[in-house]
Amino acid sequence: MANDPLEHGGPLPGTGLPHDDPVAATGPARDDPRAGTALPHEDLVTRAASAAPGESGEGRRPRTGALEQDPHPAPRTGTALGAPAVRREGREKVTGNARYAAEYPVPGRVHAWPVPAAVARGRVTGVDTSAALALPGVLAVLTPGDAPRLGGTDDATLAVLQNRHVPHRGWCVALAVAETLEAARAAARAVRVDYATEHHDVVLRPDHPDAYEPGKGAQPGRLEHGDPYGAYAAADVRLDTEYRVPPLHNHPMEPHASTAHWDGDRLTVYTSSQGSTTVQSVLAGLFDLPEEHVTVVAEHVGGGFGSKGTPRPDVVLAAMAARHTGRPVTVAYPRRYMPTAVGHRAPTLHRLRLGATTDGHLTAVLHEVTTHTSHVRKYVEHAAVPSRVMYTAPHLLSSHRVVPLDVPSPSWMRAPGEAPGMYALESAVDELAGALGVDPIELRIRNEPEREPGSGKPFSSRHLAECLRESARRFGWDRRDPRPRSRTEGPLLIGTGVAAATYPVLIRPSTATAQALPDGTFLIRVNAADIGTGARTVLAQVAADALGAPLDRVRTEVGRSDLPPASLAGDSSGTASWGWAVHEACAALTARLAEHPGPLPAEGLLVRSDTAGRADADSPYARHAFGAHFAEVAVDTVTGEVRARRMLGVYAAGRILNARTARSQFVGGMIMGLGMALTEGSTMDAPFGDFTEADLASYHVPAHADVPGIEADWIEEDDPHLNPMGSKGIGEIGIVGTAAALGNAVHHATGIRFRTLPLTPDRILTGLLPQR
Amino acid sequence: MKGFGYLRPTGVEEAVEAYAAHPGAHYLAGGTNLVDLMKLGVESPGVLIDVGRLPLDWVEELPDGALRVGATVRNSDLAAHPLVRDRYPVLSQALLAGASGQLRNAATTGGNLLQRTRCPYFQDLGKPCNKRQPGSGCGARDGVHRDHAVLGHSPHCIATHPSDMAVALAALDARVELYGAEGGRSIPVADFHRLPGVRPERDSEIRPGELITGVLLPAARAGVPSAYRKARDRASYAFALASVAVVLRVADGVVDQVGLAFGGLAHRPWRAHHAETALLGAAATPAAFEGAVALELDRAEPLRDNAYKVPLARNLALDVLNRLAPAPATA
Repeated sequence: MANDPLEHGGPLPGTGLPHDDPVAATGPARDDPRAGTALPHEDLVTRAASAAPGESGEGRRPRTGALEQDPHPAPRTGTALGAPAVRREGREKVTGNARYAAEYPVPGRVHAWPVPAAVARGRVTGVDTSAALALPGVLAVLTPGDAPRLGGTDDATLAVLQNRHVPHRGWCVALAVAETLEAARAAARAVRVDYATEHHDVVLRPDHPDAYEPGKGAQPGRLEHGDPYGAYAAADVRLDTEYRVPPLHNHPMEPHASTAHWDGDRLTVYTSSQGSTTVQSVLAGLFDLPEEHVTVVAEHVGGGFGSKGTPRPDVVLAAMAARHTGRPVTVAYPRRYMPTAVGHRAPTLHRLRLGATTDGHLTAVLHEVTTHTSHVRKYVEHAAVPSRVMYTAPHLLSSHRVVPLDVPSPSWMRAPGEAPGMYALESAVDELAGALGVDPIELRIRNEPEREPGSGKPFSSRHLAECLRESARRFGWDRRDPRPRSRTEGPLLIGTGVAAATYPVLIRPSTATAQALPDGTFLIRVNAADIGTGARTVLAQVAADALGAPLDRVRTEVGRSDLPPASLAGDSSGTASWGWAVHEACAALTARLAEHPGPLPAEGLLVRSDTAGRADADSPYARHAFGAHFAEVAVDTVTGEVRARRMLGVYAAGRILNARTARSQFVGGMIMGLGMALTEGSTMDAPFGDFTEADLASYHVPAHADVPGIEADWIEEDDPHLNPMGSKGIGEIGIVGTAAALGNAVHHATGIRFRTLPLTPDRILTGLLPQR
Repeated sequence: MKGFGYLRPTGVEEAVEAYAAHPGAHYLAGGTNLVDLMKLGVESPGVLIDVGRLPLDWVEELPDGALRVGATVRNSDLAAHPLVRDRYPVLSQALLAGASGQLRNAATTGGNLLQRTRCPYFQDLGKPCNKRQPGSGCGARDGVHRDHAVLGHSPHCIATHPSDMAVALAALDARVELYGAEGGRSIPVADFHRLPGVRPERDSEIRPGELITGVLLPAARAGVPSAYRKARDRASYAFALASVAVVLRVADGVVDQVGLAFGGLAHRPWRAHHAETALLGAAATPAAFEGAVALELDRAEPLRDNAYKVPLARNLALDVLNRLAPAPATA
């Protein structure tokens, strides 16, 4: 079932073709780029240009409807959205030809290696570089005293080597530059740094005296409706529970890396980034350059999971070192430096209080989160936010408290807020279901809200109940004995669990150009980032769909700052944001072509789009994707080892634009959730102030052997309030709720509620012992 | 990585002579651990003597039925060897429980025995470690030590030995064969690795310049039950939280031969002599196993955050002992 993506989509809109094989397309469109010109383009352009789709249903997917109604239908293109088109760069990647940031053979390129602070708090009192500089091949050692001065930045994590303050262990205090990577590493190790050490504080606890309630960032730090305390105290059934999520690390396969070179006052960097438009503007500010003097190339990016959403110090250090030495410089972060240098998911301590009637209607939801941030840059892991979205709660408290500590700066990691928040909320809902004796799916459906609890807005679409029911059917939930510890296989305890998933729809303004060329092909240019998601591919599909052209006639250029500026690959917003701009440009180009007599000029026809003011307009709707996760686990009573046996995720995320790459994203998110539940987590080394697990041998992302049969699927959802493609973001929802489904399965298996992730053998066995 | 010399001798004698000419050199075989440590700066040898291609890459059955395993036999090859699978299943299982397929293809028998601890403080030059830098202190004792030793540790070091293979070899009464300037000798694997005491920088009894040439497995008949079981945080590519290797032969309901060793608990594979002594000649019953294993693990001295290892090791040992013991004849 899950192996055949077409089963869900049915006939592809407007085509009926099973896949994107352009050879299967019929002839005329392959020869005439304007084959689609019989279509009512003016309508297209008008709609695309005038109405934000959130305002009305008129704006979405006009192409499909037009095709169906046209008495002279355009040739079938096989490119319609939804088709499982293969990744365009797949061959390059699997054959090793795709080039990553550290691999650009810029002539004369040298290497730099950072020197991390060896104390958790204090000041650099001296840097002795003489031994390092005496080593063969060493060009320079940049120190806080002599590194180039940087201009302004909002992100203090980028202000490297600007002063002698050490805000946390691992902070960069010097940078060695040498002819080879090995020489740079040896030089970095030979740099002698003296410190004036200050007392450090790195331990998060809920009663920390420095905890404060953050104000409004992307979300209000605190939201209170009704009388949550009173309603909770008066509830028939009360649950008061706590959960803990440890620090988690993004660890993309490609570490953060940048190659920088200067040509006079022009800077070019090749960097691993989820958004090179931002890298360009940040570097322009730091180095006091006009933006057009900075070129940022991020053609292939080996994952980011949020940690490359904005520039990290590697690109700043590379540019500084290149300026300082006059040579092109590569900085590729060693894996071991990444936990302290590129951000992490901050640990979260959750207290949840749920009040309900005896028949399972929630009357009060109180979700309070304590988390940490650094003294360098404030970041709040908004883990209490899902309680503003998920369930009816006439009396609601959703609040955060943040403790600034002498820790490395946390930052975004896949589904920031939602991933840890839904672990806690969905675990607590499972507990409540147990206390009420109500099926956990039924309890969730009983508490489906009419409107979004936090905002009071109506949902643009919400098919959580359908996801729960459909996945329950596939999973065989009706055969489950709800009693905990009711199923054994020898020494194994078997359990199943369920949890819901949610992720908001976020859209950012972007620009794009669409160009029709005389040879019948089209060129789409947009500074999107393809971080492994298949952005190039799906944008070509968006374009082909809007142009009525075969997919193989459409080229896409992404990943360079000299392309039309676009938003980052983050917040699950990339495809919606870039796709909107691409769609508009293509729709407008189609109209221009319709009006254009005769052959195209040599330079073709070019149309530019800009979705500012519309893509980012406030919507009167609460817009979220939803989903349901199911898991079956086996808990070994001999060892306390938990292994997943099967996992199923079913999502309602608007229109799925590429069945193949979407499934990959869903499954990847679920695997990351599996790691969060069972194996991932780092330990603050309190005496020293850094994270203990610094390599992939000790920070346990799931290995193949940990990953069971995983199925990911979706429910077709028709939501007119999103964007011209009708899509919601899918990059993050797969990790949301997965850990709760697994944790709930462990509870079902063992009868014990484990409240601290990850569910490693030490914790499980310790929990099981008294019962043996 | 600082510059280093590289030699590739063609024979054992030549290798040992090369060391004599370059004191402080390191032997290099699979490189799966040493090269990592060189990158980290934990090791910085001036000369590497590559013994990975010495003609020691065979498994040989001796006239008395013993099996000699050459030092450069790769872990993958040893695990798959028919005689090993047939007569020493515990060894094959232990090898396959270790590392990843790629690492096992590169790692050698000798190198596996000489791998260093994965204690994070040992690997981090910015933190104290008596093993890496004698006298600097132990960061783990008051730091993060969930994975550390519960048996035989000292105030100076609480590291564990990471090998799975060595645990099986200890239970099998295997011997390490060494060759050095003073000629050849052999040591029981169970005595080859040391407890840390006041000299945690010394992992084993190997002398400077001495080379492991092979491992000798005592004669064993096919069918002597043996098994390895390992508990770990993830299903593959993770070091043992605890593991157990058991060789158990029962005749007429009485334990006739027993080898029991734990991994992940100590600075060396922990041969459970107390348990073995209690079991040998005793009735092979669950109660006897429980008593014997308790006798061994009662000596454990868990640290703040690793007390779970004691019941984990007990469960593993009892599970494997009970599994290997023949079902009692029905009266």
